[in-house]
Amino acid sequence: MATTVHEPPRAGREDDSPPRPSGNGGGRNLIPASGDLRAVKRYSPPPAFTGIWVVLASITMTFLAFTSALVVRQGSGSDWRHLTLPRVLYLNTLVLFASSIALEIGRRQVRAFFKGVKDRAANPARWLSIALFLGLLFVAGQVAAWLQLRSRGLYLATGPNSSFFYVLTAAHAVHVLGGLGGLARVIRKLKQSTLRKSTLDATAHYWHFMDGLWVYLLWLLWMKL
Amino acid sequence: MHDVPVHHHAPPTSFLRKHVFSLDHKVIGKQYYGLALIAVFVGMILSWLMRIHLGWTNLAIPGLQLLSKSGAPGGIITPEYYLQLMTMHATIMVFFVLTTAPFAAFGNYFLPIQVGAEDMPFPHFNMMSFWVTFIGFVVLMSSFFVGDGPTLGGWTQYAPLSAVGAVSGPGQGTGVVLWATAIAIFCIGQLLGSLNFITTTLDMRTRGMSMWRLPFSAWAWFITSIMGLTAFAVLMPACILLILDHVAGTSFFVPGNLVINGQIQPHSGGSTLLWQHLFWFFGHPEVYIAIVPGMGIVSHVLTPNLRRPLLSHRVMVYSMGALAVLSYMVYGHHMFVSGMNPVSSLVFSFPTLVITIPSTIVVLIWMGSLYGAKLRINSPSLFALGFISMFITGGISGFFLAQPSIDIMLHATYFVVGHFHLVMGVAAMFGIFAGTYFWFPKMFGRMMNETLGKIHFWLSFVGAYCIFMPFHYLGIAGNVRRYPAFTDDYLQPLIPLHRFITVAAVLTGIAQFIFLYNLVHSRFWGKPAPENPWEATSLEWSTPSSPPPFDNFGGKLPTVYHDPHQYGVEGASADYVMQTSPEQIKSGHDEA
Repeated sequence: MATTVHEPPRAGREDDSPPRPSGNGGGRNLIPASGDLRAVKRYSPPPAFTGIWVVLASITMTFLAFTSALVVRQGSGSDWRHLTLPRVLYLNTLVLFASSIALEIGRRQVRAFFKGVKDRAANPARWLSIALFLGLLFVAGQVAAWLQLRSRGLYLATGPNSSFFYVLTAAHAVHVLGGLGGLARVIRKLKQSTLRKSTLDATAHYWHFMDGLWVYLLWLLWMKL
Repeated sequence: MHDVPVHHHAPPTSFLRKHVFSLDHKVIGKQYYGLALIAVFVGMILSWLMRIHLGWTNLAIPGLQLLSKSGAPGGIITPEYYLQLMTMHATIMVFFVLTTAPFAAFGNYFLPIQVGAEDMPFPHFNMMSFWVTFIGFVVLMSSFFVGDGPTLGGWTQYAPLSAVGAVSGPGQGTGVVLWATAIAIFCIGQLLGSLNFITTTLDMRTRGMSMWRLPFSAWAWFITSIMGLTAFAVLMPACILLILDHVAGTSFFVPGNLVINGQIQPHSGGSTLLWQHLFWFFGHPEVYIAIVPGMGIVSHVLTPNLRRPLLSHRVMVYSMGALAVLSYMVYGHHMFVSGMNPVSSLVFSFPTLVITIPSTIVVLIWMGSLYGAKLRINSPSLFALGFISMFITGGISGFFLAQPSIDIMLHATYFVVGHFHLVMGVAAMFGIFAGTYFWFPKMFGRMMNETLGKIHFWLSFVGAYCIFMPFHYLGIAGNVRRYPAFTDDYLQPLIPLHRFITVAAVLTGIAQFIFLYNLVHSRFWGKPAPENPWEATSLEWSTPSSPPPFDNFGGKLPTVYHDPHQYGVEGASADYVMQTSPEQIKSGHDEA
């Protein structure tokens, strides 16, 4: 792995940067009721802050819909059978957590750069790459879980339990792959010194949310299947 | 104006970036409008085919056999093909017209300008949003040309018949898979759009533009995008499960031991009601996704024509918000006849009656504001009045249908068809027309022809009532909907009325070509538009040119000093004060 120490990204901390062309009346920078413009700060947080929460709300709704489908389907037929979860799932959970921790270490190092503290030993790109690698390992682990189920003769259409197992884990894996794409983009931007703090934060929020979502899904699968 | 350079992204230079894969919200808005325009004429022609068939069942429609040999042998529509046309009419209209035109098209074009931004915050997602929607439309239309044609399951695609494949009828195999794929793709497009709309409203407002200084249309798009975010995120997984029942042999929606056309289905234990719950959890908010932008546009169009503010800005916004929240709690009223527990029906009936309160408040605000006003009569204001009329007429029948005991009798009749066409279909269309006549000068720098606009209004207004008022009578007389022909004795006396409706539908449809002509002709040869033709106050009329330059405000973003309702202001230099005018005024009407 390269050991080059990158210069701090060009876009510094949000409150150091020049006023952005729009957004001065932004969500957390409301104009007071008196309409006194002097009370308004010269910047508002970038839309990626809001945007990522919007994305996470939408993903939450999607998985709530899947959950309600699972609950209704469980109650509707007499074909609900017990399914033992492949053990590799628990290992995958640890891998995903480790990936989040690596990302968080990388993020802190980038933040130190943003603050102007230059730690020559720090190498955020390496930690972000480790997070990316562990994310890929998680997806590979999920594929291994599917193969294990297949070897037990449990396919997508074998029963409602296996159907929901494949659908939920695949839907989560697709979202994880999306997050990996985001992470790869962050690493590329960091290496080009064009990374914005808001992009890194949004990616980190998304990535940690994938952890929480996975823990929820694992609990749901363990409880219901 | 404050001197802040604008360089969000550079102006495009290549043809593809300028006109096809554009990142400019204005071009994307026009692309959405174009898609809706194509879709609405396709949907309208489908409705003509159905209406002609209902009036004169054995009449051969020349050339129709070219579209489907088996569906229309010799040009005569088969019962199955009638249902296929009906399904496509509804799907095209609900998704690709009523959602795209008032929300995605106008919202994309005008929301960033009305909040005072140079563009949406995620232009690449915005571009993807349109092109994904376009692909969804192509996939849906492709079902006309594959196998035995499009699905016949209705736009609601009720399981289990939608989930068992070709055994349940023509188009129920590949047709359903293409339908569900198209709708899932459409959902992705709308989610990307909602992401941009919400962040634009929250984070991109210019200096001085507080939330309460946003015009009604911006509020409506913001509220609609929140509904879209939650509703489409639920429909997409439902479509995925439906596709899996088809292609992977799963049993999410198909129960065991189901016999269709003498064949036992290889499924077990699925829940047919599950589909209805998932679908209508999306489906009812979708109704408001179609109508709330219309409410915003109509309020926005009426205010400058009234030359005074509406009775209350805040109550209007709160009412639209209440509609959005309640829309998730009422979805079960579509399922009164699904066999669900009568107690559940009662539970869903109550919020359905409650949702009439914000709807009534909205109407009362319009009516009260109109009372005693010197309304400027022009094409936009006429269509705004038409919207109010259609919304009231269609809404009143909603009071009846909200009661499970009455709905059970009327649910499968033309009464419901009349209700939803007026309150959501025609009303939303009138909102789109009002928006088009109002904003055309800004979008293209030319005025639309007023005389043609007024002729278009009166023909559409009278025509829509001629088509849809008799539907209520037909429904009360027991005329069942979705029948491709009326052969029962008790329906024979109703056939002349059906023929009247058909003639009215064809004539009203022809009147829409006046609009199309006006649109195309004015685009190239219309009278050049003045800077602020309606003497309106909101930010879209503060741009340096019509259409606005690439960055909307010519490199300097505006500063906002007032709410957008400063009409008839005492002591001001004119009878209205622009939002960007630093002029001091004594007291605002509803100043935030």
